Amino acid sequence: MTRNSIAFWTGATVFLVAVFVMTQVVGNQYPFFAGYVILQFIALAVAWSILGGYAGYVNFGTSAFFGVGVYAAVFLVKAFSAPLPLQILAGAAIGALMGFALGLLTLRMQGIFFSIATIALTIIIETTITNWRYVGGAAGIQIQRPAVTAPFDNYVQMLFFVQALLVVLAVAISRYIQNSWIGRGLQALRDDELAAECTGVPTLRLKLLACVISGALMCAVGAPTAMYLQYADPASAFNLNYSVTTLAMSLIGGTAHWSGPIIGAILLGTTQQLLTVTISSEINVLVLGLMLVLFVVGAPEGIIGLIRKLRDGRKEGEV
Amino acid sequence: MFSFDLLLDAVVIGVLLGCFYGAVSLGLSVSFGLLDVPHVAHPAFLVLASYAVYFLNEHYAVDPLLAGLLITPVFFLLGLVAYRLYYETFEKRGSDAAVRGIAFFFGVAFIIEVLIILQFGVDQRSVTADYIGRAWRLGDIRIPYRLLVAFAVATALTVLLTLYLSRTFMGRAIRAVAQDQEALRLMGANPIKIKQWAFGIATAVLGIAGALLIIVAPVDPTLDRAYIGRTFCVVVMAGLGSMGGTLVAAIILGVAETIVLTMFGASWAPAISFAMLLGVLAVRPQGLFGRRS
Repeated sequence: MTRNSIAFWTGATVFLVAVFVMTQVVGNQYPFFAGYVILQFIALAVAWSILGGYAGYVNFGTSAFFGVGVYAAVFLVKAFSAPLPLQILAGAAIGALMGFALGLLTLRMQGIFFSIATIALTIIIETTITNWRYVGGAAGIQIQRPAVTAPFDNYVQMLFFVQALLVVLAVAISRYIQNSWIGRGLQALRDDELAAECTGVPTLRLKLLACVISGALMCAVGAPTAMYLQYADPASAFNLNYSVTTLAMSLIGGTAHWSGPIIGAILLGTTQQLLTVTISSEINVLVLGLMLVLFVVGAPEGIIGLIRKLRDGRKEGEV
Repeated sequence: MFSFDLLLDAVVIGVLLGCFYGAVSLGLSVSFGLLDVPHVAHPAFLVLASYAVYFLNEHYAVDPLLAGLLITPVFFLLGLVAYRLYYETFEKRGSDAAVRGIAFFFGVAFIIEVLIILQFGVDQRSVTADYIGRAWRLGDIRIPYRLLVAFAVATALTVLLTLYLSRTFMGRAIRAVAQDQEALRLMGANPIKIKQWAFGIATAVLGIAGALLIIVAPVDPTLDRAYIGRTFCVVVMAGLGSMGGTLVAAIILGVAETIVLTMFGASWAPAISFAMLLGVLAVRPQGLFGRRS
């Protein structure tokens, strides 16, 4: 292990221990409700940027993966009363399959056409679920939470911890990809797909891999939502807001480094949670739009880009 | 359940509805089809226009169509500003223009949505006029006047825009820019000015299209999301930048939607446009009447 890896895994362990201690010590439920949403968006943004950031394929289908994760859990709970880990695993498996299908789409579509196709996929899946009576149809469905298992004394606290685990998993995978040949290959095809293919980069295999990993993670993140809300309906599970929020977080943080989406998600997620509580959910969408426009216009490389520019500027000053 | 009458009914209504879809897609056919701007905020501008028409109709009792005409100059200016902003921040910088552009326009769409909600609330709004709420009987088929109005205006709009692009100097310049921007620059013309003008026209058309939207059915602030599918489906199916193709593609979509609506019910309707869009992208990306081979 390099020094970098040791630092990363120490950080991840400290984070998980801190989250666990928090679930044991803090009595107030609100921090877990809000924190869960922020953790969920960190995981989504990190998963999104594996395809959207490294490979440059802008996926607007985050809500499709997220919603399918939600409904995979709903179906499993209704049909077999499946436990939470199984719901998440099943979500990941279905997400991987969907990701594979998405990867095949990249064969025919690039750039904006790929983005539009992912929006189309989202609506088609949403409509199908809306017409599926068994999981509640358009009206939605109520879900009973099972009894919580020790050492947690509240279900939301447990979900909070589970989501923190998913965050660590997503970040570890994203970091591994960035530092391995996969990341370098993805970057090559992002810069020039034809040139990459010609120089022997297996572009199709890499794209499929990125789609499968990204899709599996996004679905897995969606799965616990059914238990978190104790309710699911297609219009909110497949809401376009998930796609745009995730994309905004990644762009705001910067997609050049694995930590970018985390920074963006914490920044935007926390702001949104504060705004929703103090003012209203409309203002929260307004802030999303404004921050997205501001960053895309003013800081195209995101916060990571700004920091790098600042650091380079200082170095030049020293010389 | 299935009957021939019902099918005929669906086809007639579908054609009329399709022409209306054509009218709301014309602007996108210019901005996305000819200028390659990933304008996902197009439907948001459309809904904004509907609310402007609603405002004029509600407070000053202006006829919706006249109101639509009145707001076109404002929308023209809005289009000029929007393109300038897009050009300065994305096209000029080059790389990743389309990808960041689509994020940018999504941001704009969300801002417009929220501003409408803050001003008018989340309830559905509609306009009043003599031709709204009445219908014309043609044998067994009942055709609402509002659809007929939309049909007539949409057809006129398409013809006008086609003539503008093929007969006037500026219109030909716009099509030239779409074909080869570099060549135009070498001949001493300023392609950016022409594109800005074209984007202005594309947005101005939305004034009237917005009036049609609120004439055909009540609008709510998040209606733009449904129209992302319809407008992009029509423009991509038409083949980028073909005005006549836009009308044909829109009619295909309108008929498909009404037939599915009559046979399977309204809950399947939202997926039609997106499924057709996906099908066209996968099978024939250049569209039915594409400018690129």
